[in-house]
Amino acid sequence: MDLNALTDCLSSSSCLVTQATSGFIIGMLLFLVAVGLTLIFGVMKIVNFSHGAFYMIGAYLAMTVFQATQSYALALLGAAVGTCLIGIVIERFFMQRIYGGNVLMQLLVCYALVLILDDLVRIVWGPEFRAMGMPPAFQVPPLFIMGGVVPPFYLFLIAAALLMAGVLGLAIAKTRIGKTIRAAAHNPAMVSVLGINTGLLFTALFALGCLLAGLAGGLAAPVRSLTPGMGFSILIESFIVTVIGGMGSIMGALVGAILIGLIRAFGALGFPLFTEALMYLCMALVLIVKPTGLFGREAA
Amino acid sequence: MTRPALRDAALALAGFLVLAILPLITSSSALIDFVIRCAALGLFATSLNLLVGYGGMVSFGHGLFFGMGAYSFGILMQRTGMPIPLAVLLTLCISALVALVVGAICVRLKEIYFAFVTLAFQMLVHSMIIAWVPVTGGDQGLRGGIPRPAFLGINLSDQKQLYLFSAALLVLGLLAMRHIVSSPFGYALRMVRDNATRAGFLGINVYRTRLTAFVLAGAFASLGGVIMSLFVSGAYPEFAFWTMSGEAVFIVMLGGTANFLGPLVGTGILLLLNDFVTRTAEHHGLVLGSVILLFALGLRKGLLDFVMEWLAARRTRDAATPAPVAVKGTST
Repeated sequence: MDLNALTDCLSSSSCLVTQATSGFIIGMLLFLVAVGLTLIFGVMKIVNFSHGAFYMIGAYLAMTVFQATQSYALALLGAAVGTCLIGIVIERFFMQRIYGGNVLMQLLVCYALVLILDDLVRIVWGPEFRAMGMPPAFQVPPLFIMGGVVPPFYLFLIAAALLMAGVLGLAIAKTRIGKTIRAAAHNPAMVSVLGINTGLLFTALFALGCLLAGLAGGLAAPVRSLTPGMGFSILIESFIVTVIGGMGSIMGALVGAILIGLIRAFGALGFPLFTEALMYLCMALVLIVKPTGLFGREAA
Repeated sequence: MTRPALRDAALALAGFLVLAILPLITSSSALIDFVIRCAALGLFATSLNLLVGYGGMVSFGHGLFFGMGAYSFGILMQRTGMPIPLAVLLTLCISALVALVVGAICVRLKEIYFAFVTLAFQMLVHSMIIAWVPVTGGDQGLRGGIPRPAFLGINLSDQKQLYLFSAALLVLGLLAMRHIVSSPFGYALRMVRDNATRAGFLGINVYRTRLTAFVLAGAFASLGGVIMSLFVSGAYPEFAFWTMSGEAVFIVMLGGTANFLGPLVGTGILLLLNDFVTRTAEHHGLVLGSVILLFALGLRKGLLDFVMEWLAARRTRDAATPAPVAVKGTST
């Protein structure tokens, strides 16, 4: 434990800014994965345990497209669209069979998918650590904000994720499709009786979740090393995020993700060995005090 | 003792005798290793079935207790050199205590939350094992071997005696769990699984019943961990990794939840499958994942359940009545 490092950092604005931005990028990546998890759970009532695998696929796709075209914009697009397409195939072939099934089956099918997708990535891209490298557009001197060093890519990542959060929040709140999704979360049978193709809606929602996870992977590719097991650790953290924020709530996912990101960034200073323990502690506290999560409404 | 209890005890004795005679017939060390691994994983999976099959609580963090058993036992033996039976007992107590704390938080939660929060606790323990290098050896695992002082004339450094010891623990553990599920507590647990509200109205303390099951399952899982740590003479972080829990859930599903011995059958199948796949295929996860998908989406129930229902259907067909549709995934 190193509380001095933590207090030193909290009293210096440069360290504060640096740690906070790194906390925010962790949080933003987590948010993009967690929001898919929470939307899919909210409507289909399954926890897509293989969601982390889509993040991993997104990162690897981004790396491949970037190496082929040298364009980061295309790489992001490729990661999001490619992951989305893979998600549609998986939803149609496997996920559809476990909606409404028992938890044991859901866990097993997702467990199998994780094993298969991890191995496929290992076959296609090799088992070793890979790095994509910073795109040239962002290879510029870092910004100095209140004495803290902030790489411009971090700002881009945070802005991109916040933009997605805003668009998503507005779409769910204002558009017709958003209303349909909210209704389906409440009572899918009734929505289907009203003449809406819920099978298609489920596929679309699953694809949206995969697209966001793929985008998160694409955004993470320049700043994270890529390994075939990278999806699992982010899945566990995203799950903690959704538990803290409340399953099914987008706002909850955002708040929970930023909270976990900050805990990770500052916890790494004060409690380097127990950063992870802090996250679980935070989750346990929320579960004891408010089992539905900070923004969860009904009993989950 | 009641008659079913006597029958179980007789069966257990017979099972142990068969296992004890086995090495006299064949001297294959592969078979001996296989049975020891079966004992470790079989106890682990059967303890998970206490929760999944009898309690309706799908834990996805059960590997925590397997790892806890292996590490506690290994550390106790390395640091204190106490007699093995005492270390086993202490390990059981430690695991039960951990299960009490984790369970106190988790068992209130509904299905999928329960599954994932148990998983989160497992990952917490896993990260602590990795981080606490001076005690656990970090990601290298607990190395340097586990000392095995002889006790009561039993020397566990000898593979044959370790085999008998594991077989005895397996049989005793299974017998104890069998006794638990056929006790009034076992029936209360089934009732809580089927209808917690009604059980509550009838005066069963639902929370306490679930928590007791969780603690018992945790203790028996750690017994599996003890056997494993003796077998590999160490403890590795993988024992507490999530794939361990995934494997256990798969074993339970593979063998079937409706029969007490289902998980043991599942363990045998999975170990054979694992050995076969690692010997023949390069991409272990791909093959194993496909097999799991085939089972989960194709068969939709465990193998032993499938066979039992098929037998029951055949018997009733002889009586010219339509085959009964058994309730999926529940134990009777």
